[in-house]
Formats: sequence, structure tokens, C-alpha cells
Amino acid sequence: MDVRSQISMVFHLDKCIGCHTCSIACKNIWTDRKGAEYMWWNNVETKPGTGYPTKWEDQEIYKGGWEKNMGKIRLKGAGKAKGLLNIFHNPHLPVIDDYYEPFTYKYLNLIESPEEDTQVTARPVSMITGKPIDIKMGPNWDDDLSGTPDYARNDPNFKNLSAGEQEAMFQLERMAMFYLPRICNHCLNPACVGSCPSRAIYKRGEDGVVLINQNVCRAWRMCVTACPYKKSYYNWGTGKSEKCILCYPRLESGQAPACMHSCVGRIRYLGVMLYDASQIEAVANSDDEDLIKRQMDMILDPFDPKVIASAKKNGIADSTLKAAQDSPTYKFVKEWGMALPLHPEFRTMPMLFYVPPLLPVMATLSNNDVESQKDTLNPISKFWERATKYDASMDNIFGTVDDARFPLKYLANLFSNGDEELIKITLKKLMAVRLHRRDVTVGDLSKEMVAESLKEVGLDTEMADAIYYLTSLAKFDDRFVIPAAHREQAIEMTEFTGDRKGDAGFGFTEHPARGL
Amino acid sequence: MDALNNFFFIALPYIAFVVFLIGTIFKYRLQKFKFSSLSSQFLEGKKLFWGSVPFHWGLMILFFGHLFAFLIPKSIILWNSEPLRLLFLEISSFIAAICVFVGLILLYIRRLTDERIRMVTTKMDIFIELLLLFIIFTGMYTAVFYRWGSTWFASVISPYLKSVFRLSPEISAVSAMPIMFKLHIIGAYLLILMTPFTRLVHFLVYPLNYLWKPYQQVIWNWNKRKVRSPKTPWSIHRPKNN
Ligand code: SF4
Ligand code: SF4
Repeated sequence: MDVRSQISMVFHLDKCIGCHTCSIACKNIWTDRKGAEYMWWNNVETKPGTGYPTKWEDQEIYKGGWEKNMGKIRLKGAGKAKGLLNIFHNPHLPVIDDYYEPFTYKYLNLIESPEEDTQVTARPVSMITGKPIDIKMGPNWDDDLSGTPDYARNDPNFKNLSAGEQEAMFQLERMAMFYLPRICNHCLNPACVGSCPSRAIYKRGEDGVVLINQNVCRAWRMCVTACPYKKSYYNWGTGKSEKCILCYPRLESGQAPACMHSCVGRIRYLGVMLYDASQIEAVANSDDEDLIKRQMDMILDPFDPKVIASAKKNGIADSTLKAAQDSPTYKFVKEWGMALPLHPEFRTMPMLFYVPPLLPVMATLSNNDVESQKDTLNPISKFWERATKYDASMDNIFGTVDDARFPLKYLANLFSNGDEELIKITLKKLMAVRLHRRDVTVGDLSKEMVAESLKEVGLDTEMADAIYYLTSLAKFDDRFVIPAAHREQAIEMTEFTGDRKGDAGFGFTEHPARGL
Repeated sequence: MDALNNFFFIALPYIAFVVFLIGTIFKYRLQKFKFSSLSSQFLEGKKLFWGSVPFHWGLMILFFGHLFAFLIPKSIILWNSEPLRLLFLEISSFIAAICVFVGLILLYIRRLTDERIRMVTTKMDIFIELLLLFIIFTGMYTAVFYRWGSTWFASVISPYLKSVFRLSPEISAVSAMPIMFKLHIIGAYLLILMTPFTRLVHFLVYPLNYLWKPYQQVIWNWNKRKVRSPKTPWSIHRPKNN
């Protein structure tokens, strides 16, 4: 056992309101610079939709991630042979038009223009060339456009959905969507690291943050191809690649990353997870069906004395162990089994997990049994009154998960490599907690039914309350448990304090060594 | 004339090599951020293919050909003793040169005509592209009009270059060379001289070591496990990341 600690994240998708505050917080701090205007280290996509860059999930286009070939994984579009042979021209590199050409408006025109007969306009100009452009795409171009032919219907996750199933999703009355906020997953088997010929990208041992050393990057741009999530970006101005740094300077001073700190829906959780690094290779090579299970098994129980002992042997501080025990992400991912990785089939072993959304799935009850409900049809607004209560009749609440208006297969393509059972059980847990809370607060449900539904998904009332607390009431310190090593000892991450003992305090950047 | 020859074939090479060495080491140590190939494929990828690929591969062949003829001239002379093999060597090198020439011209056109690429073009890029064009042109001219350069390079120029490296330059052979060929050599020295100030430095960091490094890389700023091991001296320093 080789215990390492990793800062991991959980995003609770039912709570995301798609406000993009996270994206703006990140942009303001990190990417509001020349060459980085088009980068959104944090972006929020509407699903179904094509995303950013367009159709990033379709690895037949972008060749990202690892693929399994004769029992061994290798990079799909990069790697030693491909990387070095394609170094002069990488055939799989997305170009800026796959993201969008950054633009601004000539606002000054509005103020400085002399009086004219026609209305003054602020024309859009490209932020690359400075010339007027026709805007073809922009950040969040497909925001809220579920059902539209150009965007939603081109979602790569429809690959194995029948035409009928797709059509059903796009009927006006049934149409649903949800938001998918994405940042770098700080993977355990990062494809970006593996693809970098100059070895500029690395995973920090202390907390697993994946970083690009800007002094070593030589613009071979293989990471842009290799990251299946397209979270490594090429800065066309500086000639260096950049990516989400999980706000490590903030983490080191005990603050939550900017996107998480500012999240309006409070959907984000961040905490330490311990994992067994000796298994990384084996797990990344495992069969498609086992990928998620084995990744989950790799995450270690921070209360297990054996784990604690080997963690200490590896130099993991007590405070980090304590943070791992309090970690909200450990609870969601391991204890409650409610969060899943995005596209595990890319085999990078992402450490950002998602609680899949229940709401777009549940809201279809009204479609049952239209005939018998006819008398409750509101003639003006044309909805069935009884059915609008989304928990509905309760009799066969889990039955409805199957004929949900979002086919489970769609969610399974996103979060569980096609395993619908896994999605179903996760959604059932979400539902069971709701039933339990309704029982506690309203009390109009049969006690047996509630107990039965909790039992079916392996929860008890205590756990259900804990889930409810962490989902709905949790305070800042419950949602972000940042280990102390990142606060008072943060300086030790980059400096040996012994080296600096006796240095002149402020003002000098040079080591005060004796002159020759 | 003698003064000119002395300057270009004795002084210039030393200036070029000294500037190259000091400049690249200085840049590598103190301006690492500027060490980059500055790829522009992200802004324009299609036209780049037709320029960049023939240019780079052709240049690699020519570079190693010159290096080989310089380091082990005997082998080239031996190889060329058979006319068919000589012809093969000459023709294949000439094809490589054409690739470089055409590739460069395409790259140059792309650089001047593409709106976006113009935004990431510096004066130095233009200068270096023109210099390269000049070198490749004079080289091709020499290859066509002063036949069997591969043979006389090995027997005439290699000794001259070696004498430069031995710090006792012997220039009587080069001084007698035709002007086009002299320009070729002067261009090459200029290129070496300018390398540290241009994006050309990226050829020095071609990532060959990628081949034998493991795919994954984990770096501890401060490896506590190592530090706590009694075998580690207490003065161990953290690995340098940045
Ligand atoms: S999400 Fe992409 S950039 Fe981030 S660690 Fe994984 S492979 Fe690398
Ligand atoms: S700030 Fe939070 S709620 Fe708003 S879009 Fe981002 S993740 Fe969703």
C-alpha cells in the first residue's frame, strides 16, 4: 500500500442553477489575459448539448484520453511514438475555432462618435486580430438551448440512444436539461501528464494537483490533444499551455478555490481523499465494467488503522489525516456511494465526482396514466394538478425512474460508462432521502414505504439525515475541508525553512550569500 | 579580400559560437519562460501542415547529413567511391533541400498572409525565415553548380571546420571557394549567432528523453517520506519545480 492524499471534488448537479458565477470568478482571477481570453478553466455546459470545445466528448474527433489495446492502455492521440512523430504538426490538435474566437465590442464608439443620422453601434472586434468579425460562437453559446437541432441534438452522448428515445427527449412538453460545470479533474492517471514530451506537467505529490511548469513547457501542445476533457489549453500569446491549477495558492492559504467559494448554488464540495497509489496502473488497465468499482476501491478508508499507519509512514501529516476523515467528498463518494466520475471510460481516473441530477429525470410523472387523470386537467394551463407534485402518488416511485423523461441511458453514458444500474441506484438514493425528509417534515407518507425505500438503497435514517444536512444545510467549513498542511505549513511546500533561517526578512530576493 | 576572408572564416565562427554558447546557457538558466517553439498551430492548422512538416523533416536530414560529413568525413568519401551511391546520396539530400525550401516558402507566405498568424509574428521571425531561405538557396545553388558537394565537403570543408575547433583555423581552402558557397557558410554562422535570440532555441530541447521516461510524473515539493528516512542527510534540498 502506497498511501497518497488527493484533494478531490464533488459537484452536486441537482443544485446547479447554471448561473456561471464560478466561470466568472475563475476568469477574473486567472485567465483574463492576452492569449488566455478564450480559456474557461471552469465552464458550465447545458446538457444535452455539444459543450466546450464543441463536441469535446467525441474522441473520434479529438483523440483524447487512454484507450485499451490488447490488454494495455495507451494514449489515443499522443504518446511516445505519436507524440514525437507528430511534433511538427499535431493532426489532432483542436484550433481556436473549435472553442471560439474571443471578441470584444468597440464600446468607445458609443461615447466618442460624432453626431450622426444613424444610430451608433459598438461593432464586435476579434481579440486576436483586432479586426471586426462576425461572431460565430462565444462562451456558453449553447447555454439553455436544449432541444435545438444544432446543439442538443449533436450531443455525442446520444451515440447509443435510439431515434425514438432521442425524439422523446426533445418533445416540447417533456424537454429537460441540466447543467454540467466542469473544471480539470486532477486525475489519478492524467493523460495530459503522460502526453507531455518535455515532462513539464506533473502531479503534485502532496495534494495531487496537476500543474504545468511554465518554464519547461515548450509548446509541443500534446496535452491539449491528450486531455479527454479538453482542460489543458494552449496560450497562443505566450506559447505555453495552461490549465486549471485548483487555485493552489488559495488552497495553500486555507481558502477554497475561487469557483467553489463563489458557487451560488453551493453545489461544490472539496476535501481530502486517501488512495493507494500502487494500484493506479492496474486500475487504469481494468475492464470497462470494473473501471468505476475499482477506482472506488482504490480510495482508502481514512479511519482504518492500517491505512493511517501506512499514511504516516509516507509522511502524510496528522492534520491531513484528520481532514480526510472529515472530508465531505469521501462521504459522498465512498460512504454514501452517491457520486460518480464523468466519463470514466477515458481512463484518466478523474478525482472530480458528480452527484447525478434527479430532477430532470423525475419530472415525468404526469405522463403516466393520462386517461384516469383527465378530470384533474386544468383546462387553462393544461396540466394535471395531481401530477405536478413531483413525488406524486408514492406507490411506485422507483418505477418511474425507468420511464423518466431523461433516459437513464443518457446519464449512464455521461457518468457510468453505460451502466444504467449504477445510475439508477444513485438516483434512488437521492429519492429515498427526499422521501425520508418529507416524512419528517410533512409526514403524509406511509412509514413502511419510507423505511422500505431507505432499506432498498442501503441507507438508514441517520445517514439520510447526514446526506440531507450536507446537501442542503452545510456551512462553508463543512463543504470545504482543507488540510492544515495547506495553511500554516504551506511555505514548506516550496521552501525548506531551514534554508531561509537567518535570511534578511522583507525586501531581498537574493540569498544573502558572502560575496567573492 | 584577405581581411574579409579572415573576418568571415576566422573571426565570425568564433563570435558565433561564443555568442551561441553564452546566449543559450544564459537564456536557459535565466529566461526559461522564453524557451519555447512558439507553435502557432492553434491559430491556423491546415496551411501549417504543408509548410512545417516538409520543412522540419528536410531540415533534420540536412542537419544530420552535415554533422555526419563533418564528424566522420572518411565514411562519406568511402560511400561516394561508388558513383551510384554518390548519386543516391546527392539526390536524396537535394530532395530534402527542396522540401525545406518549399516548406519555408509556404510558411513564409502563411506568416505574411494569415491575419491571425500576423499577430504572433515578430520581426525576428521574419528575419530568421529570410536567413534560412538564404542559406538553403545558396546551399542548393552550390549543390547544382559545383557538383558532388558531398565529396568535396568531406575532404575540404570538414578539415577547415575541424581546424576552427582546434583553434588554429586553416582557411586557405575555403578562401578559394566560389562566392555562393562562401555565402552559404557565412549564413550558417549567422544562424548560429542568432539562435539564442530567436525561437530557434527549441531545437536544443527536442524532447528525446521522453522516450525513456515513465508516462506518469509525480513531484513532491517536499517529500516528507524521504526527508524522514534516517538514511537521508538532513541537509537534503527540495527538488526544483519552478
Ligand atoms: S482533466 Fe485533463 S488536464 Fe486535468 S488532470 Fe485530467 S487529463 Fe490532465
Ligand atoms: S456558480 Fe455554482 S450554481 Fe452557478 S453555475 Fe457555477 S456551479 Fe452552477
